[in-house]
Amino acid sequence: MLGLINRALEDFLKRRHGSAVWQRVVLRAQLPFDSFEPLLSYDPALTETVIRAACVELGRPRESILEDLGTTLVSHHDRDGLRRLLRFGGVTFRDFLHSLEELPNRARLALPDLHLPTIVLEDRGGGQFTIRALPPFAGAGFILIGLLRAMADDYGALVLLDMMPSEREEDVISVLLLDEAHSEGRKFDLALRAS
Amino acid sequence: MDELWPSKPTEGFAGVALPVAGLDRLIPMHLHVSASGQILGIGATLAKIVGGARMPTASSESGQHFFDLFEVRRPSGVTEMVHVRCHEGKRLHVALRGGGAEFRGLAVADAFGGMVMNLSFGIGVADAVQAHALTDADFAATDLTVELLYLVEVKRAVMDELQRLNLRLQGAKSKAEEQALTDTLTGLRNRRALDLGLAQAVLSAQPFALMHLDLDRFKQVNDSWGHAAGDKVLQVVARLLSGETRSGDLVARVGGDEFVILMPGMADPSRLRAVATRIIAALARPISVEATMCQIGGSIGLTVSTHYETPAPEVMLRDADLALYAAKHAGRGQVVVFSKDLAMGEGTSADGPAF
Repeated sequence: MLGLINRALEDFLKRRHGSAVWQRVVLRAQLPFDSFEPLLSYDPALTETVIRAACVELGRPRESILEDLGTTLVSHHDRDGLRRLLRFGGVTFRDFLHSLEELPNRARLALPDLHLPTIVLEDRGGGQFTIRALPPFAGAGFILIGLLRAMADDYGALVLLDMMPSEREEDVISVLLLDEAHSEGRKFDLALRAS
Repeated sequence: MDELWPSKPTEGFAGVALPVAGLDRLIPMHLHVSASGQILGIGATLAKIVGGARMPTASSESGQHFFDLFEVRRPSGVTEMVHVRCHEGKRLHVALRGGGAEFRGLAVADAFGGMVMNLSFGIGVADAVQAHALTDADFAATDLTVELLYLVEVKRAVMDELQRLNLRLQGAKSKAEEQALTDTLTGLRNRRALDLGLAQAVLSAQPFALMHLDLDRFKQVNDSWGHAAGDKVLQVVARLLSGETRSGDLVARVGGDEFVILMPGMADPSRLRAVATRIIAALARPISVEATMCQIGGSIGLTVSTHYETPAPEVMLRDADLALYAAKHAGRGQVVVFSKDLAMGEGTSADGPAF
């Protein structure tokens, strides 16, 4: 598995809690190195080890850490890349929700080795949606919840998000879209100025 | 005007009649041009780009002329509508007069002798979208432009990350090289490994010996047969030294043709002399490198830790070097054991030819 997610967790812990905390996580997880390379492959079991170590070091449940991670992935202004790539999914938050099913294919276009779980979106009408995905590691659905929350803000939409009891090992997320144009949201230009 | 708005389609023409708004949604960058070159209709996105183009409305007498607004750059010589007709169905390279946008274009005849032309940005699409502040709504729902822009951005993100990875790997490589303990040419230990080994030997409080070996006539090999031959000779010497020493000994190449051997647990001068003599004898045998036979030799100066009250690496290295100097001075192929006489500069005490 690519180091992308591990590295995201590493960056999040360093930025939010400081390098010293990350170093303690490295020691606790007994990593043979002190930083993940986003584009190199690692044993999938390492992700679980690092998450466990982070939970102990921070004294926080994995759900809250992973949800924060998901939010930071798109709301951190230094790292506009992922937010922009996700915004290509649609003009409105509703479009964006529908584009989630394309997400694994879009990810594979970017990096052929990046395997995201299949995401299924059910539009139940009246602004109610259900998202189902098989999590690659325990709690992965909370990253998606954090990410969806931040993207809703980005689009200026008002939503309620909840993790439902899992079904057949799948994470089930309920989305209630209350107002698509609740606030201004953030601007999105299709083409980025070449820097 | 009959010519602008003909009411009868060309005879035998079977086609699709579309409302203008429908055409606009299907092809937002289209142009509808009359047989005489007047613009009858323009897609909303193209209109946004052209900006100042005057459209035929109920009040305006006629639209602007296609060739006033655009030029066809390729194929050359397309300056009138009849020429455009000749290139029906073929790729055109079209530019906005006065600059600002370039397109690829495709024109087909309509039922009334005019042409419908579709334009697109081609490879410059990212810059064009940026320059004209286009949005998702400016492209047809089937258009892959937005996907292309997505890919452009993904590619940039991945390339940036790869570049960072390369920089980090480069940094790690030079750090590893700095920390390396091996001489890359011969596979022997290097100066750094010797220093570490010596420090350990001193700490261990066990007796040990230090031999400093310098090849004789090595320069001639390099001069006559080239550096490649010289490198091969060094590799042969390295194998030979490894063969003549024990597995616990540390053999290091410390200069071009200089070697130092650290022998832990060994302080008996006569045994050491025997080992050194064996090495020199082995070095005296011609070494074959490709078609030539290289004749080299070696001189050895050595010292033992039991000479000193508290052995210090730098002092022992210097003394072994002094002994080597004495050995060279006494004639090639010699072994000299360091003694206080040498340190006081009282000439050599070579033990005579070693073989």
